[in-house]
Amino acid sequence: MIEVEGIHKTYGTREVLRGVDLHVEPRAALVVLGPSGSGKSTLLRCVAALEPFEAGRVTIDGEQIGYREDGGRRKRLPEGTLAHQRSEIGMVFQSFNLFPHMTALQNVMLGLVHVRKQPKDVARATAMEWLARVGLGDRGDAFPAQLSGGQQQRVAIARACATKPKVVLLDEVTSALDPELVGEVLKVIKDLSLAGVTMLVVTHEVLFAREVAHEVVFIDEGAIVESGTPDDILTNPRTERFQAFLKRYSNVSMRTS
Amino acid sequence: MVVINWLPMLIEGLRLTLIVGVLVIVFATLIGLAGGITLLWGPRVARLLVRAYVDFIRGIPVLVLIFAVYYIPSGFGASIDAPTAAILALSVFAGAQISEIVRGGIGSLPAGQLEAAKGIGLTSLQRFRLIILPLSLPRMMPPWANTVVEIIKGTALASLIGVTEFLYQTQAAVGTTFDPIPFYFLAAAVYFILGIGLSQIAAVVERRYRYLEY
Repeated sequence: MIEVEGIHKTYGTREVLRGVDLHVEPRAALVVLGPSGSGKSTLLRCVAALEPFEAGRVTIDGEQIGYREDGGRRKRLPEGTLAHQRSEIGMVFQSFNLFPHMTALQNVMLGLVHVRKQPKDVARATAMEWLARVGLGDRGDAFPAQLSGGQQQRVAIARACATKPKVVLLDEVTSALDPELVGEVLKVIKDLSLAGVTMLVVTHEVLFAREVAHEVVFIDEGAIVESGTPDDILTNPRTERFQAFLKRYSNVSMRTS
Repeated sequence: MVVINWLPMLIEGLRLTLIVGVLVIVFATLIGLAGGITLLWGPRVARLLVRAYVDFIRGIPVLVLIFAVYYIPSGFGASIDAPTAAILALSVFAGAQISEIVRGGIGSLPAGQLEAAKGIGLTSLQRFRLIILPLSLPRMMPPWANTVVEIIKGTALASLIGVTEFLYQTQAAVGTTFDPIPFYFLAAAVYFILGIGLSQIAAVVERRYRYLEY
């Protein structure tokens, strides 16, 4: 379960997040929609303990992320504790960010061996299982440069999930892909959602939100504009801003079949 | 041919050149790793000190540095022997360059990959060992090889404070035989072969890791 309360984040004088609240139930998928520059990626990075923020709280399964409160004062956690918290948060990035000096299999094994401290043969078996699950069981020995964008992103998803984090965060994971590769990645994410992985997804794939989201939140200019079930708010957007957004992005194609 | 008679001394000089060169390469690389890492992640004061060291050293000729290290201690009644002074001065000089190479090599890594390493939950030490080092070493290789060649050529300056290395022996031979042409030709050829050889090795290593450019 992810709980976000009143996050404020500024870059210099620019206020990127202006008091955002989110709530993701266990095994549910929350999809955050929003135009570029709306602050949705920053929000995800704050939840992932990758980015400090000025005010607010993030908790995952009851544990406060990134900070501790010490007699009313808020302190950034030391790097070692942050590393441990990040190991419970799977993160998938827009630009895949696979490690180019490791094969697909080694990329997936890395966290299992070095964070989860599993013996190599156990880690290899788990990693192979995950590669098969994302449809790349036969590409374990390929280096990232030998894989297509869609394949790289599927490896990245396997890498994020293999360590069984409490939640998985996906940041615009299809934005850097050629249109014909988007479907294969969305299908993998949909399968994860059906398998009951708790997910926080940032995207502008409206149709995808309709298909996997248990709840949809629309963010603009650093604040939540609208939220609700996908059937409700995607069909009957109440605000003009969300209507405009939907009109602009609903022609973005999706192929999960 | 006259050169033959001088060969044992020249080889002795070359041996000293290589010893000085290798020691300087090792020390300068260690200084550079420490300096570069400090420039990137060191506490503020240490960062400023290293920055001052790098900028200061880059601004003075290496020969001045060699003379300074060799002659200044004698002003205080201390003394340092010539080979040690040369090794020290060249290490400090090349260490400044390698500090910048290390800083640049690591600093130019794609931020996303470092972030992914964080995201997996690796500690800072693990990130350095498993991701940062293997990705940045190939990037540092070409400029580092340049510096190594500079170092080998720079050892010739040690002859000016009386280190009996290769150029010193060459000059001794010329001074006795009054026949500069064969000896200087030989000296140029030897330095050239050393330099080219090292550059080639670096080029091979670089090609081996080309797939990392991604």
